[in-house]
Amino acid sequence: MAVRKPPITTREYWAPGHAACAGCGCATGMRLVTKAFSEAMEEKYGDPDAFAIAHATGCMEVVSAVFPYTAWKAPWIHVAFENAAAVAAGIDAAWKKKGIKGKILAFGGDGGTADIGLQALSGMLERRHNVVYVMYDNEAYMNTGIQRSSSTPYGAWTTTSPPGKYSVGEDKPKKWVALIAAAHQVPYVATASIGNPFDLVKKVKKAAKVDGPAFIQMHCTCPTGWKSPIEKSVELAKLAIETGVWPLFEIENGDFNHIKIQSPGGGAKVKREGGKVVAIEFKKPIEEYLKMQGRFKHLFKRPEAMEELRNQIKEMWKVLGVEVTLPKAEE
Amino acid sequence: MPIRTVMKANEAAAWAAKLAKPKVIAAFPITPSTLVPEKISEFVANGELDAEFIKVESEHSAISACVGASAAGVRTFTATASQGLALMHEVLFIAAGMRLPIVVAIGNRSLSAPINIWNDWQDTISERDTGWLQFYAENNQEALDLILIAYKVAENEKVLLPAMVGFDAFILTHTVEPVEIPDQELVDEFLGEYEPKHAFIDPHNPITQGTLAFPAHYMETRYLLWKANEAAKKVIDEAFAEFEKRFGRKYQKVEEYRTDDADIILVTMGSLAGTVKDYVDRAREKGIKVGAAKMTVYRPFPVEEVRELAKKAKVIALLEKNITFSVGGALFQDFSRALVNEDEKPKLVDFILGLGGRDVTFQNLDEALSIAEKALRGEKVDEVNWIGLRKEIL
Repeated sequence: MAVRKPPITTREYWAPGHAACAGCGCATGMRLVTKAFSEAMEEKYGDPDAFAIAHATGCMEVVSAVFPYTAWKAPWIHVAFENAAAVAAGIDAAWKKKGIKGKILAFGGDGGTADIGLQALSGMLERRHNVVYVMYDNEAYMNTGIQRSSSTPYGAWTTTSPPGKYSVGEDKPKKWVALIAAAHQVPYVATASIGNPFDLVKKVKKAAKVDGPAFIQMHCTCPTGWKSPIEKSVELAKLAIETGVWPLFEIENGDFNHIKIQSPGGGAKVKREGGKVVAIEFKKPIEEYLKMQGRFKHLFKRPEAMEELRNQIKEMWKVLGVEVTLPKAEE
Repeated sequence: MPIRTVMKANEAAAWAAKLAKPKVIAAFPITPSTLVPEKISEFVANGELDAEFIKVESEHSAISACVGASAAGVRTFTATASQGLALMHEVLFIAAGMRLPIVVAIGNRSLSAPINIWNDWQDTISERDTGWLQFYAENNQEALDLILIAYKVAENEKVLLPAMVGFDAFILTHTVEPVEIPDQELVDEFLGEYEPKHAFIDPHNPITQGTLAFPAHYMETRYLLWKANEAAKKVIDEAFAEFEKRFGRKYQKVEEYRTDDADIILVTMGSLAGTVKDYVDRAREKGIKVGAAKMTVYRPFPVEEVRELAKKAKVIALLEKNITFSVGGALFQDFSRALVNEDEKPKLVDFILGLGGRDVTFQNLDEALSIAEKALRGEKVDEVNWIGLRKEIL
C-alpha cells in the first residue's frame, strides 16, 4: 500500500500543552513556522535541529514557557518585550564564535515588532545578522487585553480604540512593517498568513535558507481579540487574503520594482504585465471577511468608515504597484 | 612579562577586556566611555582580540545582545555610562535574574536633566538594586584589575551574577596614568575558560531560558539572588587573594587608610579616595586624628567590614557623589543599615559633593571635616550636608 508523504515534516518543536486560547491562529503559526524552519535547516545544513528561537514578550511567549514547563523542543530564550532582535543578534554572534552551524529564529508579535521593538529590529536587519524574524501579526496588543498597536487596521475596535460618537474605532492606517524591513535591502522579506499554510511554509523555508537576515510578517487570527468564531481561524485568515485585506508578497534585496505578488485566490482576477502583477480584480467583498469579526461590527452601521477602509486597502496595494478593484457587498 | 606603560582608564578597561578574551562584545558610544569600544574595535580589527563586536543601535540592544550571547554560553563585555546605563536598566534586572555573568565597564557620569557629561556616581548607584555586583576603581590600574576580578567573581558557580566596574568620568576615563598590563598567560590562568553549565543554546540539547514564573516560584528566584550576593562576599575575598598572589596588587572590599586611633573616618569611593587620602595625610600633620576608607566593593555591600571599620571611629563621615532625594546618599543609607543594631556605633554624617563634575577641593573637605568635628564634640549637626554649593546662584 502506498503511503503518502506528509506535506511537511512530522517533527514537532511546538508541543501540545501550551496555554494558548482555543482557536489561536498564532499557535498554528508557531507550529508551522518551526516545522518549515526545521526542513530548511535539514536542507541547508543537513541538520533539522540547527536553529534556536529568541522570543519577544507577548502572547506566544507567555503561553509557552510557564515555569517549570515549556512547549519548546528547540533551544528557546525570552528576555524582554522590545529586544528579541537584539537578543537574536547576540546568539548569532555567539554561535559564530562557537562554530555552531545554524540560524536564529526570532518571534515577536505586532506590538513587539511594529512598535516597541522596531528599533532593535532595524538594527539587527541593518547589521545583517543571520536571523529570520517572524512577526506574528494579530493586529493588537492581545497579551495585555486587546489594545491597539500601529499594526491594528483602520476601523477595528480594540479596548483603546473603541467606536463611539467621536470615534470610528481605530482611526489610523495599518503600518506595514514588511515594507519597512524591505527598505533595509535585506535578502528576503515577505508577508504570509496562516490562511495559506503552503505559501507560509514555502516562504519560511526561503527565508531560512538565505544568508543573512530575513523578515516575515505573518497574519494570525486572534479569536479572543477579533471576536471571531474559534473554529474558523484558518478560514478567516484565508478570507483576508481572498478579499484583498491581506496581501501576500515577497521583496528580495529591497527591490521594490520587482515585488512578487502571490495570487490571492477566491476567484480574484490577476492581471500581469511582463510577468509582473499590475492589477487584481477581487471578487469577494471585504465585508465577507469583516462580518465574521465582532471588532468590525460597528462598520456595518458606518458606511463612510467602511468606504475609508476600502480606500486605505486600495492605497496599500498601490504602494505594492497593484491597482485593485474591491467589490461592495450586495445590500 | 607585564608591560608598564601609561594610559587612560578607558584604555585600561579595553585592555582588561582584551585580556579577558570575551567572545562577544556589543557596545554603543556614550561620553565618557566611547574610547572603550573604539579601542576594542582596533583590537578586533588588528586581530589582537578574536571576538564578534556587535555595533548595536542603542545601549538597550547592547545589553540585550550580551544577554543573548551570554545565554549562549560565551564570555561577553560592554561599556557604557549615565543615560546609557539607565537605558539598560530593564535588562540589567533580567541579566541578573537569568544569572548571566556579563561584565560592564562604566565611566561614572551624572544623569540628566540638565544634561551633564561629568562625573558622579548616580548612574551606577541607581542600579544598586538590580542584583549586579558593583566595583569602584580609584585609579586606572584598579579599573583594569577590577574588570579581571569582576569576571573571576561573576563566573564563579557560587555567584553567577553580572558585574559592573565603575571609574570616574574624565577624572579617570580621560586621564593618563601609569598602568601595568598583566601578562596574558597569567590572566588566562587566573580566569580560565568560561564554560557555563546553566546557560547554553545548543540545538542538540535544547533548554528554555527566560520563562514566566508565577507567584509560586518568583520569590525563590529573588531569594537565590540574595544568596548569590551573600556568597559573592567570600568569593570576592578569595579572588582578591588570588589576584594578589598572581599579580602582586592587593585589594580589599573596604580599604582602610590611617584608621588606627582615628576619631573620624572619611569614607568614600572611586577616585575621590585618592584625594581624601592626601587630605588625611595633611590633617594628620596638623594633629587631627582622622583616617580614610575606600569602598572598592559596593555590591554586595560589605556589612561585616563596615561593622569592623565602625569600631575604629567615633564619627564616620560619608563623602558621596550621589543623592537619594529626601533621604541622603547611598552610603549613608547602607552604613545606617549595617550599624543600626550595633550596641556601640559611631555617629554618621553624610556629605553630598562633587555632583555633575563639581571639583572636590581640600577646602570642601575642610568644611566637611569641621562639621564632623562638631559631631565629635557632641554638637548637633545636620545628618545630610551639601558641600561646595554655589550659594550665590541659588
